[in-house]
Amino acid sequence: MKKRAGIYLIFAILTYAAPTLGAPPSGKTLAQQGNGKGAPGCVSCHGDKGQGNPAAGYPYLAGQPESYLLGQLNAFADQTRTSPVMQPFASALSVEEMQAVSAYFAGLPLPDTDSGKSAGDTADAGRRLATQGKWSVGMPACFQCHGDRGQGVAPHFPAISGQPEDYLRNQLEHWRKGARSNDPIGLMQAVVGHLEEADIAAVSRYLSTLSPTKAP
Amino acid sequence: MDIRVLFLFSVSLLIVNQVSRAEPAEPAGKAAQAVNAPIPVKAFQPPPDEAIPDDEFGNMVRLGRKIFTHTGKYAAEYVGNNQSCVNCHLDAGRLANSAPLWAAWVRYPTYRKKNQMVNTMQERIQGCFRYSMNGTPPPADGETLKALMSYAYWMAEGAPTGVTLPGQGYPKLDKPKLEPDYQRGADVFAHNCALCHGADGEGVRQDDQQVFPPLWGKHAFNWGAGMHRINTAAAFIRANMPLGKGGSLSVQQAWDVAYFVNSHDRPQDPRFEGDLEATKKKFHNHQCRYGDKVGKTVLGRSSK
Ligand code: HEC
Ligand code: HEC
Ligand code: HEC
Ligand code: HEC
Repeated sequence: MKKRAGIYLIFAILTYAAPTLGAPPSGKTLAQQGNGKGAPGCVSCHGDKGQGNPAAGYPYLAGQPESYLLGQLNAFADQTRTSPVMQPFASALSVEEMQAVSAYFAGLPLPDTDSGKSAGDTADAGRRLATQGKWSVGMPACFQCHGDRGQGVAPHFPAISGQPEDYLRNQLEHWRKGARSNDPIGLMQAVVGHLEEADIAAVSRYLSTLSPTKAP
Repeated sequence: MDIRVLFLFSVSLLIVNQVSRAEPAEPAGKAAQAVNAPIPVKAFQPPPDEAIPDDEFGNMVRLGRKIFTHTGKYAAEYVGNNQSCVNCHLDAGRLANSAPLWAAWVRYPTYRKKNQMVNTMQERIQGCFRYSMNGTPPPADGETLKALMSYAYWMAEGAPTGVTLPGQGYPKLDKPKLEPDYQRGADVFAHNCALCHGADGEGVRQDDQQVFPPLWGKHAFNWGAGMHRINTAAAFIRANMPLGKGGSLSVQQAWDVAYFVNSHDRPQDPRFEGDLEATKKKFHNHQCRYGDKVGKTVLGRSSK
């Protein structure tokens, strides 16, 4: 009987801890190595400091509001935000792992994304949308919600300045197509409803040339 | 505890762990209806900012624009709260149905019931400093008013004078079917407003800048400001809030949430002379909650 109990105990510990051996992995370990259960290390795509990868169009995660990141992981998993890449990874994370990795990236500083590039001939149109909006159709300036240099306003409004141009354009397109519908009270759906193709191109380009750590 | 129970418990924990998904951190709740077209109005079109002339007059206009959008920064000595003119006059004072400056410019001088005399445009703006900005009126011949007047004048270029232009003020709202209600208003607020204005109406400040304005409390507009009237706030809110989704609340929701917002304490009416009842009788014969009892507090009694 004593022996049986011992075996059960070992079993119990093993089932609980086997996948990771020990407590659930820390946010940092998850970010670097993944959880060994279908979620790879995040840094391979999102950068070793969470700074993103502009060439590949992977967004930065560093310095984003914690609850925003957590909300996105949930949205990938329940597919109110569709992404063939992120959906399986997010689904492979446990609740605790999602929380830990969100807290980890939120705790890193926002990246300085200044690349010295200019938005060229659409710069003025992009700047106007970002700083003044398009009130003729009832659209506020992007920076009224996202902060005066697009650095984000916790907890609901993510940083948008300095994200890769393709990434920004894709997100706006996703809202337009309904592939992303997780925004609080439909605020971004309303914004996108007021944007023409040319506006989306101009504002994505303009924002990608900024840095969330510097005044535009 | 039986060790087998512990074992089964661990296994079930593990399963729960893998299967369940966290709720989003702060569910924003039921969204307002998705209609989001601004209330249509065939309005006067003010000139674009780029048309501000590149000369001495233009410099004064630009200063006026800065004061209007960052009042606490460019007119600090006359401001007593964390508001800016643009908070209640959207798009830098240009937006129809949000009491735009171009429509105001062509209405003054005019008689106002509020102070029972003919008011000039200067006096109207001074009023907004005293009440909406909970501050001190800037002198009529000083730079602050000169700049704001220049900005309004420039914006009204080409508008006919002496008429009420479509888009002036806030569009008057139909009466609600039901009496406005505090609890219904609180629900509307929690679902549609708190994510920007804060659960306690305190707004959001970041890096020393006001991102979202406070709606009540010591940094908000005072008990003498137009916005403390339920009908005025309801009209503004229905046309302009939630930001970017003006026109999406129902008429009833707009009245309920305006009633809720204005059932909270805020800085004292500057005309108060020590007697709440007397102030209420003399200056508050309109739809407002000054002097009313809400829970244990009498609104306005402990306002400073
Ligand atoms: C194979 C590359 C790859 C890996 C590995 C990866 N991601 Fe992503 N991630 C992406 C892409 C691509 C997107 C953009 C998805 C879209 O277009 O909506 C994204 C988006 C995100 C977003 C949304 C960001 C925002 O600003 O809205 C979060 C959060 C995120 N990933 C977290 C993680 C976490 C946590 C991990 C590690 C467990 C991880 N990602 C691993 C490619 C990757
Ligand atoms: C009324 C407020 C509001 C305005 C105005 C606004 N946004 Fe947003 N935006 C939001 C909110 C809220 C979110 C977060 C959505 C979520 O949680 O999924 C967001 C998210 C985004 C994202 C996704 C960021 C990411 O990392 O995936 C982009 C891109 C974006 N906004 C671009 C813009 C642009 C461009 C404009 C101006 C044309 C703009 N926004 C104006 C509220 C706003
Ligand atoms: C997306 C953010 C956002 C949401 C949601 C929102 N507001 Fe606002 N609200 C603002 C901003 C920003 C301003 C100031 C406008 C400006 O400066 O351009 C404002 C101004 C106001 C004002 C003007 C008075 C003042 O004190 O400045 C009132 C009243 C108001 N909002 C009420 C509401 C109500 C009621 C709701 C919900 C039905 C709501 N708002 C939802 C962002 C928001
Ligand atoms: C808290 C909100 C609020 C703020 C802040 C505010 N105002 Fe007002 N303002 C109002 C209201 C309410 C009215 C009356 C609108 C109505 O009833 O139609 C008004 C009316 C006016 C008018 C007259 C409009 C007309 O058509 O007759 C002018 C001019 C004006 N404000 C200028 C300013 C200036 C300049 C500032 C900054 C110094 C300012 N306001 C700040 C709420 C505000």
